Amino acid sequence: MNTESLGTIFLNAALVNNFVLAYFLGICPFLGVSGAVKTASKMGMAVMFVMVISSMCAFGIHTFLAAINAPYLQLISYIVVIASTVQLVEMFIKKMSPSLFRSLGIFLPLITTNCAILGVALFQTNKGYGFIESVVYALGAGAGFTLALLLIAGLREQLNFADVPQISKGTALTLFIAGILSLCFMGFAGLGAQ
Amino acid sequence: MRTTAHTPKQEGTSSAKMLRAMLGIGILSAFLIVSAFELTLPRVEKLKAEALEKAVFNVLPGTESTRSFGINSQGKIIEIAKGDTPEYTLYAGYDKDEKLVGYAVEASGQGYADLIRILYGYNPKEQVLIGFQVLESKETPGLGDKIEKEERFLENFKALDVRVTSEGLLRNKVITVKQGEKQNAWEIDGITGATISSRAIGNIIGSSTTEVVPVLRRHSLKMDGAKPLEKQAESNE
Amino acid sequence: MSRETTSSVPKATTTDEFIKGLWRENPVFVQVLGMCPVLAVSNTAENALAMGLATAFVLLMSNILVSLLRDFIPKQVRIASYILIIATFVTVTDYAIQAISVELYKSLGAFISLIVVNCLILSRAEAFASKNTVWKSTLDALGMGAGFTFALFCLGAVREILGNGSIFEWALFPEGFQNWIVMILPAGGFFTLAGWLLIINVIQTRKVKS
Repeated sequence: MNTESLGTIFLNAALVNNFVLAYFLGICPFLGVSGAVKTASKMGMAVMFVMVISSMCAFGIHTFLAAINAPYLQLISYIVVIASTVQLVEMFIKKMSPSLFRSLGIFLPLITTNCAILGVALFQTNKGYGFIESVVYALGAGAGFTLALLLIAGLREQLNFADVPQISKGTALTLFIAGILSLCFMGFAGLGAQ
Repeated sequence: MRTTAHTPKQEGTSSAKMLRAMLGIGILSAFLIVSAFELTLPRVEKLKAEALEKAVFNVLPGTESTRSFGINSQGKIIEIAKGDTPEYTLYAGYDKDEKLVGYAVEASGQGYADLIRILYGYNPKEQVLIGFQVLESKETPGLGDKIEKEERFLENFKALDVRVTSEGLLRNKVITVKQGEKQNAWEIDGITGATISSRAIGNIIGSSTTEVVPVLRRHSLKMDGAKPLEKQAESNE
Repeated sequence: MSRETTSSVPKATTTDEFIKGLWRENPVFVQVLGMCPVLAVSNTAENALAMGLATAFVLLMSNILVSLLRDFIPKQVRIASYILIIATFVTVTDYAIQAISVELYKSLGAFISLIVVNCLILSRAEAFASKNTVWKSTLDALGMGAGFTFALFCLGAVREILGNGSIFEWALFPEGFQNWIVMILPAGGFFTLAGWLLIINVIQTRKVKS
């Protein structure tokens, strides 16, 4: 049934169907932490990391639920497992590498309710990906998220010096930029078709 | 969110109380979810079957009833038992005299934006495709989604040549050509402005028919195309 | 999400609990919460309305239950309990929509499941339902749900009218109308929401001045 190569999956998740700009997932942190390039890159790293881990967990849960024939537990177990995984990862990092924890720390709890994480888990199940494909998909989605976050953070840093009308400051302006970026990303469409 | 901002140790609440709360909510959730699932299941399945049947009727004009089959990895037609995942899923359509109209075959492949899932109808007697429908696509609205609606494009699938050679292989692989350059009966006239999407349809049908059509043709030859498929499927086992 | 604190307002009357969600604290236009579904499924008025109602239903049910159980749930496990409750109702809604219409289910797709992580619902449970009576929480949920649905509908209607030349699939314009395809594309979602926010900013600055 599945004819996609791993490269196609990665490109599709990162560029063609960028999670932020085409699927609108993870908009909350996108609007919240995209003020400065430095925080944005850390947030992106943290999201990518959690995405890969929760994608592996989601694959495991899906296989298990399919085995016991209980598809209706899918959503509830995904969200519970992802939330607890994030907590575990947080504790683990805190213990193993305090410096990494300090740089990622505050973002980790914020990620639990990032729709992009749950989105990766749900979409990979819908698409029927295997284990390797799921991990590649999560990597691509994370990379795409980081890219979008970095781009918009860079633009917003520059815009601090621009003289825009008072009423369009803040969220409205960010959304306009996001719209234009989303149009730009449409240029990537078709990359996976050849 | 502020989930973890609170320190876990607080006086007054014992872990027994926390356990009781979580267990209580867990049981309540389980009850609600299972009852919702059980209550809606019959209707959901009926609706899904109806939607699929409608699609099969659409790609096989004149069909009154359908049966679903699969093709396994050895290229044999099998009946699908619950939980089976055959290489290809197909639906045989019969008219009101129980005569075979044709087969509807599901196929999918990479489009412009995401996977495209389609269903096409094959008439083994005439050796042509007689219908086509997009089941699922996320192609760009207004551009790529013309593959679903544009009359001129859908005309291609009224009689698309998928003849089989005497060796039992597809004579000409289906392919999409540029708009207005269709010369042979096995070519799909593409859409300007939806080049990649229409080419993707050509590729999906091309690779699917190469595999499926010879198998179906062999079948219908063996049974003269008249008897219902079910007998044949049983004798295969 | 940084703005969720704005919902802790001064004491209000009962009707006020309902009204506030519609305009003054509109979850989308003022609090900018729950953006993902707002942008993703607002490409037609019908989808937007369905999504809004589904979210409002989950919000209402979870608010009622959280408020009923507010003395039963210990503080330490409250977020976990809320998430469980919300996930339960989302699953129920998911099956209900499947049973209503396959077409609708297909066009909303995975975004129904994603109601779970809609910050709006969790923030109402945490900021309001866990501290107020069942009756007040119900009103709060109804108001917020209505405000959310209204905002989604505003977006969906604009996008469908401009992008497809129709409303609820009724053609509005004569043959020659050239659809603004960009409005149905993802980019259109960003532009429309930005436009609405601009309009609301203008209204509010006027109010402050006068």
